Amino acid sequence: MIYAGILAGGKGTRMGNVPMPKQFLSLQNKPIIIHTVEKFVLNPRIQKIFIAVPRDWVQHTRDLLKKYGLSIPRIEVVSGGRDRNDTIMKVIDAIEKNAGIQTDDILITHDAVRPFLTHRIIEQNIEKGLEVGAVDTVISAIDTIVASEDGEFISDIPRRDFMYQGQTPQTFNIVELRELYQALSDDEKEILTDAAKIFVMKGKKVGIVKGETFNIKVTTPYDLNVANSILKGSLDK
Amino acid sequence: MINQIYRLVSARQFELSYKDRSLQGEEIIVRPTHLSICAADQRYYTGRRGAKAMRQKLPMALIHEGIGEVAYDPKHEIPVGTRVVMVPNTPTEDDPYVAENYLRSSRFRSSGYDGFMQDYVFLKRDRIVLLPEHVCPNVASFTELVTITTHALSRFEQKAIKRRGRFGVWGDGNLGYITCLLLKYMYPDCHVTIFGKTQYKLDHFTFVDEAIFINEIPENYEIDHAIECAGGKGSQYAIDQMIDIIKPEGAICLLGVSEFPVEINTRMVLEKGLTLIGSSRSGSLDFQRTVNMYKKYPEIPEYLSTLVGNVTRVESVQDITRAFEEDLSRSWGKSVMEWKI
Repeated sequence: MIYAGILAGGKGTRMGNVPMPKQFLSLQNKPIIIHTVEKFVLNPRIQKIFIAVPRDWVQHTRDLLKKYGLSIPRIEVVSGGRDRNDTIMKVIDAIEKNAGIQTDDILITHDAVRPFLTHRIIEQNIEKGLEVGAVDTVISAIDTIVASEDGEFISDIPRRDFMYQGQTPQTFNIVELRELYQALSDDEKEILTDAAKIFVMKGKKVGIVKGETFNIKVTTPYDLNVANSILKGSLDK
Repeated sequence: MINQIYRLVSARQFELSYKDRSLQGEEIIVRPTHLSICAADQRYYTGRRGAKAMRQKLPMALIHEGIGEVAYDPKHEIPVGTRVVMVPNTPTEDDPYVAENYLRSSRFRSSGYDGFMQDYVFLKRDRIVLLPEHVCPNVASFTELVTITTHALSRFEQKAIKRRGRFGVWGDGNLGYITCLLLKYMYPDCHVTIFGKTQYKLDHFTFVDEAIFINEIPENYEIDHAIECAGGKGSQYAIDQMIDIIKPEGAICLLGVSEFPVEINTRMVLEKGLTLIGSSRSGSLDFQRTVNMYKKYPEIPEYLSTLVGNVTRVESVQDITRAFEEDLSRSWGKSVMEWKI
């Protein structure tokens, strides 16, 4: 089975002084999270969509879903965890409770605050996810990436044509992800905040799917302005 | 939901637009799967549509020939995944006498109104027609072009005198091919002649009774009715020849689009009492009729498969441009975009 996990566990501290977590802020009069969920609803291959939000926001999310006609059995709201991977584990627990987990089940995880994703990105995540077992969505790095380990001096300038910027969705074989995660020590769990990295660290293959530059993550007031401008700038002539 | 719309902004330049859409409306949401490029789209793409029209109508998503799969029905009546043909004409009023495609108030996709090059297309319930399983998607993608003939022939049935006998079709392109094919199935006892000018194109018309070069029409050759599928400047020569060899009281169906006015020998139109029937585009009913013909005569989609020229897998805006450019270099067949973007 193919599942989606919309990750909205964070409280969006980067957004600054706003009344609610970033994923609930409006883009063209609709909460960002609703825009994102709707795109997943339109993909019939996805069996069920789990939305992981902070515990205090579960009821609010259910109300929003109701308001936008998405109070349907295919969508379930769950409480998020301590961090990103823990939130993914909460989603996996919910999947297990629902229908059990089969060896070839995959989970498409996606940031709730990336509402611009396309049908193609989801489809290719599914195709490659089923084939490889782990997928990351990336775009080629436009700027040169500079590494500095001390924040004062450059330690490395990697070749730009080998560099990509990570986006989401990230898609994983559920059984494999859970096994790898549970085998991590607490210290490793602290460092390995990115689920794709767990696969890489353990020597597993992670496929890449081409993202889009417009598949932006709306995490700062500036991003929200950009997102609103993209939509307004595209209005009919 | 933020819907991506791939719009032509100026000649040969596509840009992405984003539009907020709701799943809660009345409309059925369809994911396009196969889109076919029409000559009308190419007139916009290359800028041949004229500066004024380009200025008025762009930015606009092109393509009005296509099929897709139902992604969401707010009323849950049509199962998700159902293959459908999308109807590009969108009437805004009913008229008991005038067909929906002639109402000036109707909106037509990829002509002043966004076409099918979108992540998802939102369609009114009566703007989709269910597609039979046996029809190959590449063929089904240009069903709209087939409905042009279906529509024209249904008008012919209503307006022409009842003698059938011999049909002449001018124009050895895609529309001419489709028209000859449908004539042979709708009037199996009739004699159908294709009039063309290119040997290799005429070679495709294996099912007609006769193929004649337009500059080699035998003396005293006669037809009962004529159908013009030439378009452009060629339509004037075609209409001239039709008027010359058609029998009195015959009907001439005009299907080819011309950017410029063409001269017509009205003296002979009057003397022979001819009926000129103009037809353009099609309506929802014509789509249903066409799909019914696919069901009744499975050979029709098989013949139509020979029209599938170029199939391009489209995953990016660059791929769209590539598909349009490759289509321009083709002189026969339809270009299909596998919509994977």
